[in-house]
Amino acid sequence: MNDLGWIDPVLSAARPQVMGALLRYFRNLDTAEEAFQEACLRALKSWPHNGPPRDPAAWLILVGRNAAMDDIRKRARQTELPDEAVLSDLTDAEASLADRLDGEHYKDDILRLLFICCHPELPATQQIALALRIVCGLSVKQIAQAFLVSEAAMEQRITRAKARIGNASVAFETPGAPERAERLAAVAAMIYLLFNEGYSSSSSREAEARTPLAEQAIWLVRLLLRLFPSEPEIMGLTALMLLQRARAKARFDKDGDIVLLEDQDRSLWSRPRIAEGLALIDKAMRHRRPGPYQIQAAIAALHARAPCAEDTDWAQIDMLYANLERLQPSPVITLNRAVAVSKVRGAEAAYEMIEPLGARLQGYFYFHGVKGALLQQLGRPQEAHEAFSRAIALANTPAEAAHIRQHLDRLSL
Amino acid sequence: MLYAILCYNSEEAIGAWSKDHHDETMARLYAVNDKLAQQGRLGPVARLLPTTAATTLRKGREELVIDGPFAETKEQLLGFYVIDCATLEAALDTAKELAKANPGTGSYEIRPVAEFHPSQLPDEKKPVA
Repeated sequence: MNDLGWIDPVLSAARPQVMGALLRYFRNLDTAEEAFQEACLRALKSWPHNGPPRDPAAWLILVGRNAAMDDIRKRARQTELPDEAVLSDLTDAEASLADRLDGEHYKDDILRLLFICCHPELPATQQIALALRIVCGLSVKQIAQAFLVSEAAMEQRITRAKARIGNASVAFETPGAPERAERLAAVAAMIYLLFNEGYSSSSSREAEARTPLAEQAIWLVRLLLRLFPSEPEIMGLTALMLLQRARAKARFDKDGDIVLLEDQDRSLWSRPRIAEGLALIDKAMRHRRPGPYQIQAAIAALHARAPCAEDTDWAQIDMLYANLERLQPSPVITLNRAVAVSKVRGAEAAYEMIEPLGARLQGYFYFHGVKGALLQQLGRPQEAHEAFSRAIALANTPAEAAHIRQHLDRLSL
Repeated sequence: MLYAILCYNSEEAIGAWSKDHHDETMARLYAVNDKLAQQGRLGPVARLLPTTAATTLRKGREELVIDGPFAETKEQLLGFYVIDCATLEAALDTAKELAKANPGTGSYEIRPVAEFHPSQLPDEKKPVA
């Protein structure tokens, strides 16, 4: 069998652990990256003949570390590297040693690697680009394409991020519990941001280009969940992302226009993703330690469970949004809640809820869209028309504007 | 004799499959399925969701509910086949065919089945990919 397609996924899967360990040894991102590249090159030479090592990550850590150390030594004197064949024969014996060395560290190694990428001194765009490059191993070209920027611009963004981190200090000792929780929260926030970069596209063409961002975010959040399998908020975040992503195929129509949740063809939703998301939110809830990600996932789960839009349990969604408002007060959450309230208690109650938000959400496209829809239901077409026009003026994309225009058409003033 | 072929692999690696690699591998695996079905040897087949979605109930005086599988291992149980094989050799041959369709890391545990209750699920309860 000449199919070597299995090697790349094995290398990608091992990457976070290997990079994390190499970073701990060398305390320098560039050295760790070079060592990892070298280890991968040797794997590509050795694995097709010798088959996969029993523990690919341990193999790569050992080979990468040796290669980098050899490189350092070589600068002083010429030392021969052991032959590839000898090396891979040795590795099974040595792997268990490397495993013992790294097994206990590997959670903190990977968490540190992720945490370095979301260093507070980095702006969000640099955090995400760095994580995609360092942890996911995407090429600069791939990242640039997903962000719809030039390769040179992305190269510069990543170089700047690395330089900033180089100057900043990152603790290498094993973090204590509060620090670990802090790192976990920062990493979770970065992953969700990355996911939204991939998800928030408003045309089908843009969505296609950005698909790798959402998929990498899901890969990262699963990685985080494997490291912390009993953290309800990480389960919640994974569930939230899976449940939202499950709807990807139904989000745009043939012309590339947005299809709202209630109008989506639910047979296009991905059943395996929904099943996994529902399983995770069920697990998370058992811990009785609710958090914003879990609540948002629970809301997404109610949508996923409804066979059609009319069956949606809006009363429950209203209650969940009320909880979310308490945990994380924000006018945007109140606005979302108002949509649920309009279904449960009518447009009047919802309109009362959003009116006071006007001052803070004046420049928010979605606010005027919701306001227009509520006014329309209340039989106030003149004011609805005003709100919709305002929304169109604020629309970020032609697709958003087109969607509001449909509402305007229906007003038939 | 019925054999269960239990499929173990690193779910990290499976999660890193490209769409193309996934589609090609699944097409090859389904071809093995079809062949076994034609020979009248194919029992139920299941592909499991990742272990992060799993929960374990540990029996004991006080039952313990654990997130994920009980033991932390490098390879996880990802799915299984139940197949009718005349001999262990035949079961190994089938496992080798699966390995050929899906090469790389991982392993297949070939386990004789002691008792078997066929599915009584209505069709709409069966998740499909």
